[in-house]
Order: sequence, then C-alpha cells, then structure tokens
Amino acid sequence: MAVTVKIPTQLRTAAEGASEAQLEGATVQEVLDGLFERFGELRTRISDDDGGLRRFVNVYLSGEDIRFLDGLQTPVSDGAELTILPAVAGG
Amino acid sequence: MAASNLKCRECKAEYPLEALYVCERCFGPLEVAYDHSRLTDGGVGELRRRIQGGPQNIWRYADFLPLAGGPPGPSGRLASRVGLPAGCTPLVRADRLAQRLGLNEVWVKNDAANPTHSFKDRVVAVAAARARELGYQTIACASTGNLANSVAAHGAALGLESYVFIPADLEEQKVLATGVYGTRLVAVKGNYDDVNRLCTELSAEREWAFVNINLRPYYAEGSKTLAFEIAEQLGWELPDRCVVPIASGSLFTKVAKGFAEWRELGLVSGELPRMSGAQAEGCNPVASAYAAGHDVCRPVKPNTIAKSLAIGNPADGPYALEEARRSGGSIDAVSDEEIRQGIALLAQTTGIFTETAGGVTTAVLAKLAERGEIDPAERVVLVITGEGLKTLDAVRGTFETHTIEPSVEQFETQVESALQTAAEGNVLAGNGALVSTGARS
Repeated sequence: MAVTVKIPTQLRTAAEGASEAQLEGATVQEVLDGLFERFGELRTRISDDDGGLRRFVNVYLSGEDIRFLDGLQTPVSDGAELTILPAVAGG
Repeated sequence: MAASNLKCRECKAEYPLEALYVCERCFGPLEVAYDHSRLTDGGVGELRRRIQGGPQNIWRYADFLPLAGGPPGPSGRLASRVGLPAGCTPLVRADRLAQRLGLNEVWVKNDAANPTHSFKDRVVAVAAARARELGYQTIACASTGNLANSVAAHGAALGLESYVFIPADLEEQKVLATGVYGTRLVAVKGNYDDVNRLCTELSAEREWAFVNINLRPYYAEGSKTLAFEIAEQLGWELPDRCVVPIASGSLFTKVAKGFAEWRELGLVSGELPRMSGAQAEGCNPVASAYAAGHDVCRPVKPNTIAKSLAIGNPADGPYALEEARRSGGSIDAVSDEEIRQGIALLAQTTGIFTETAGGVTTAVLAKLAERGEIDPAERVVLVITGEGLKTLDAVRGTFETHTIEPSVEQFETQVESALQTAAEGNVLAGNGALVSTGARS
C-alpha cells in the first residue's frame, strides 16, 4: 500500500528537508515504522519511550485524527494521506 | 524587554523570540521565559506604583508581556493607546449571586467589557503587537468565534490584513461581528478541530502571523493580564478561588501563571488561588480526564451550545489538569440546560448578560457551591469571558413577552393579572419566584 506522509516544517530538519514521503504499510504503525527507518531521527522526536506517540503529536489519516479511529493500528488504504501535526491551543 | 527567550515546556530547550511555537526536539509547546530579576530593584512599592501609573489597559502590565519595544505606540502620552487597547474590565462584587449560592464573597470579572466583547482582545492585542514587531503584514486565526471578532477588529485598527477561519456552523452573531471589520472570512465545513488542523498546515505555507498557532507563545501570555487585573482590583490581594472556563486550557493555565508570577515577585502574598475549571458536557475532554485521574486528554467530537468552548482536542489540557490538581481546585462539566440556567442566574443576580461560556462558568460555580466544595469564607472570582449578545439562541424562548395594544385596560387585564396568577402559583409551589416582585410593584 503506497501512502503519502506529510511532514511538518518543525520535523523537516530531521527528514533531510523533505515535506512528504511515500511509504508502504498496512497500518499507521507500519507506515510510521517505515518513516523512522528512512529518517532515524524522527523516531525520538515523535515517539515516546513506549513506542506510542508523544502527547503533543497529532496524526491524521485523510483529515481524521487517528485517535478517533484505531490509533496506530488503524488500517491504511492505497493512496491514503497521513499528516503529522503539532497540537495547537485554540480559541 | 523582560522576556529572554522561548523555552520548551516539556524538555526545556531554548529558542529565540521569533514566530516559533513547537519544540523541534520533542514537539512540546514553547513558552515565553522572562528575566524579572531587576524588576523589583526599586522595591515592590515602586513596581506597584509604576503599574498603577500606567495606561488603563493591559499595557500597564508591559513588564510582564513579551514585547521587545515595550507597550506599542508612538511616544509620550499617546504611548500604548494605539490599536485597540484591551483590558481593565470591571471586577464586580456579586452579593446577590453569592447569597443565592450560599457563599460569602463572590466577584465577577466581566471580560465581556473588552473592545470586541470577550477576553480574546487581551491575547490578540499582545499577539498582534508582537506580529508587527516581527515584521508581519497579515494576522490570521482559527477561531470558535470570539477570536475571529478580535483578530478582525485588531487587524482593522492596526492596518494589518487579516484572514479569519471559522467552523461553518458558527453562531450568526459571531459571523456578522467578524465580517463587519473587513477581514477575509473563511467558513470551513467542519468543526473547530478541523479548522485548527487546516490552519496549522497553512501556517507552514504562508507568511502570516496566525495568532493562536505560530504566535501562540506570545498570544497565550496575554491571558495573564486577567490575573494581574484581578489581583490589582482586589487591592493587591489574591482570591481564594477562580472559576475559569476551559476550551484549549490556555486561559486557565495562564491565569494561574499570572498569579504565580506576581506572588514570586512579592507583588501579592498569601496562598495561590484554587483553580476551578469549567467545561460543557458536550465537549468535556479535560473534565473527563480529571474525573478519571488521567494526565492526558482523549479528544472528543464536540456537541454543545457552548461553541466558544467546543475544542475537542485541547492542546493545553494536560497542563490544565496539572494546575487544577496542584492548586487544590477542580474541573467540572455542565449540561446545555445547566448552561442556560447559568446564563439566567448570572443575568438575574448581577445584571451581567454572558454568552454560553459564561453560562458554563456560572453553572459550574453553582455546582461547586451545591456540593459544598467551597468554604463559605472563600473569596471567589468568577471569570466571565464573553458577551451574551453573541449567543442569543441560548436564551431564545426562555421567558415570556406580554404583547398588548397600547391600552391601560389591556395592560391590567392581560399583563398584571397574568403576573399575579403566576406569582400566586409560585408561592403555592413554594419557590421564590423571579416574577413575584414584578407583579406587586
């Protein structure tokens, strides 16, 4: 399954400047693992010690927060878009 | 300026005072760090006098705000009176409300008395001034409504272009009170969290100052001025408890930070207030995490009449939880019906008409009082963040209007007799009716 991962500006220094990456994987976890294999430094930046996402990291699958889906185990389909964004306070 | 740098709240990494908001190392939020060591060189009394001699707006607290050039403005007498100065809103003693709730001392901080009728003018004034210092020509925001009004108005006042992104289902009053300022208004088909995600993506692609995204560290500092004003208006004393609404959690935590900064400097003394947070049941990620003993919030899909608090994914939720627990406070949620009752209770005991968010805060205060959680000796401050005219739907159909021909006879037969009957009914039912006084006079 080819998935596009959009990388936020704050993480691009750890991704050789890339703003997105094409990766394979059947779940969000597998896609992110592929991303970490390609850009090793990203793992420590967005994953916590237990392998989950840090609490200020939001991941969206085609616009939907994966916490409303099955989290990291959410299945991804061919051509899907995964967006990584920092949490932002509002108003 | 007293601000020294930006600092990651999680890993403490330091960054320059630019339009940055996320730590590149750990993705944690950045906050403004200050060096206040010289502020009290002349003694606390002198610092107090300097504040008291400042303008009647938030710029009297410029020493505690992150602007390089001090308060904005040309110079001399005109300094800090440019743009749309916010703050110095009334702190009203609410004895009738206190009596109704069985409390001794309740104060209402009425932040509806800001230029665009909500506390957002405080944060936008700071963010817009900082945006100008950093050379931005355009300010922007993702908003649940109040921020939209404020960004559009401050853009107009400062001559900056503005883009305002709102959820498409926002209350009409808030839409109209934004568009009138000549902003570029974008209604996004989705909820606030969708709008926020879009704007977070856009902020990386456009050279704009999104006040609550890339300018957020500066923006958030503006909320501290609420705490400064409360303390100053109480005669340089701290309240025992503050009841504050929680949407993203930013206001709640920054009000607490304001009190803590002043206490550390010796401007005020005594115990820091208990911080009691208020959410709507239809959007309660922080209240439910508090009740469950969690230290992070699980996002929710909002469904409440309190749209200004409808943030399902609250970025400062974890810090709000910490603050409520650390201060011995609380976080509660109330139903839409309780929100309507809260609006009515505040209006009918203080003469202050608040929007749904203030209904949430008032209803939570009532709930805490009912549960006996508030010591009668406590001095409580209820923070009212916005104006009732912005959410008129919440009060529509909650009272009766008597329509008559212009005739005394009709007044007597249709109005007075109806009120008399209602009053008798209330006496029979044993409730101290709200209409009873009107029937006799």
